[in-house]
Amino acid sequence: MSSGKRPSVVPAAQKAERDTRSAGPGEQFGAPGQGSSTLISVATIVALLLLWVAVTEAGLIRPVFLPSPRAVLQKFLLVATEGFSRSTLAEHTLTSLYRVFAAFFVACVTGIPIGIMMGVSRVARGIFDPLIEFYRPLPPLAYLPLVIIWFGIGEFSKILLIYLAIFAPVAISARAGVRSVSMEQIHAAYSMGATRFQVVWHVVLKSALPEIFTGMRIGIGVGWTTLVAGEMVASTRGLGFMVLNASEFLATDVVIMGIIVIGFFAYIFDLLMRFLERVFIPWKGKL
Amino acid sequence: MNDLHVKGVSLVFPGRRPGEEVHALENINLTIKSGDFVVALGASGCGKTTLLNLMAGFISPSKGEVLLDGKKVTGPGSDRGVVFQKHALLPWLNVIENAEFGLKLQGVASEKRREIAARNLALVGLQDFHRHPIYQLSGGMQQRVGVARALTCDPVMLLMDEPMAALDTLTRETTQELLVDVWDKTRKTVFFITHSVEEALFLATRLVVMSPRPGRITHTYELAFQKQFLKCRDARAVKSDPEFIRLREVVLGIIFGDIKALNAAKGSAGV
Repeated sequence: MSSGKRPSVVPAAQKAERDTRSAGPGEQFGAPGQGSSTLISVATIVALLLLWVAVTEAGLIRPVFLPSPRAVLQKFLLVATEGFSRSTLAEHTLTSLYRVFAAFFVACVTGIPIGIMMGVSRVARGIFDPLIEFYRPLPPLAYLPLVIIWFGIGEFSKILLIYLAIFAPVAISARAGVRSVSMEQIHAAYSMGATRFQVVWHVVLKSALPEIFTGMRIGIGVGWTTLVAGEMVASTRGLGFMVLNASEFLATDVVIMGIIVIGFFAYIFDLLMRFLERVFIPWKGKL
Repeated sequence: MNDLHVKGVSLVFPGRRPGEEVHALENINLTIKSGDFVVALGASGCGKTTLLNLMAGFISPSKGEVLLDGKKVTGPGSDRGVVFQKHALLPWLNVIENAEFGLKLQGVASEKRREIAARNLALVGLQDFHRHPIYQLSGGMQQRVGVARALTCDPVMLLMDEPMAALDTLTRETTQELLVDVWDKTRKTVFFITHSVEEALFLATRLVVMSPRPGRITHTYELAFQKQFLKCRDARAVKSDPEFIRLREVVLGIIFGDIKALNAAKGSAGV
């Protein structure tokens, strides 16, 4: 990992030395794909943006299929100030953030304990495994009608749909995380007088943390992808609603703008999760 | 007082094929007196780790019983501290948090357990590493944290399952010396497993040689090489003592004899 990070300013003498020195271990015959990929990623994004500008400014594609970046930016400012469908962009965003994070929070609070219980208890595994494994691969749109029939078209149904999407990966990863504890760690705890509960609380749960975090990251990602489905029926607000509503009027600029806003928040939150992972699980991958 | 008795212990596992039985241990009788440093040695598959697991209470014997201080061992407990081959420390805790973990489980007040843990870390030479994360320590240091952690619950005895098998030769030698010192200062009863004949002879007050198929004790030696080391402080001198070398070859002869017999048995069975 560290091989990818080089000091940005290298004194001339040292640079000359670096150019002539032989490759370090792993640089020539190491694991394929080592090193930093940031520059390549930035170049890719810049190239795509330039391509977007080029084809739209040259008039190769009609704006209804692909509006220019400038048009999208103007729409962004317009929706941010005057709003779209009787709500400003901030209102749409806050509504969606609330729905996704409420679902995410409840999914973590329920999914992590249930996943851990599935890992340590035969009974819990027997009960939850078939249920989760059955509904997990179903597309949310398939059970959306059921959710609406049972729970109505209010806020609860929208959050429930997103919750169900997040719950499965969170619970499954917590359950898988239980397996990362070693038998020696458990035996050691018992030999220090631990009760069964203490073993689960102090040893198993902590060992599972890296995988729980991974599950949370996957979960929130799935949550964002379910947002549009959740806001399909009887919504008046939200980013998913905004995108759907705009598509009905062929307002492609609003669609693209909405997609970018959703992607932006999803990415920011993922960065935050990665940061928290480094802070709370510094031992990950080191033992 | 505080003696460990292994009385007529046998352990039979079901084999791979139905009706087949694997005799992991057969009629083991062993008394470990308080303050003994008993080392079990033998070829792979002789059941020495199984014997340790029985003493720790991780498994139960098919026949016979293990008694500690006159009470039957029915499960793991804080009167028997265990040190494992792979350190088994908790990576989310730093050195001193690992060392005090057992007392935390028992609900000992934070200041009190810090004090005890610090004392034991000093005993293994880690007084300057309290706040270090486990994964930044070398293998030898990790094992020393493991010893300190096991001592912190003030167990009647220490069970050590090849604690030095993963260490390089040089670290291993210094860790052996450290362990003799720790034993000398604490006078804990120790049951120690190893593959290394030299390590066994150096550490043990009593050496138990085990043979495989079925696992059983074939030879026992009373030794005093660690006392010799405690007097002269020169481990290499002890290990190159003619008597040490003679015994080393005798014990190696026994173990290689077992391995040959085992291979011959496999050959005749047409494997």
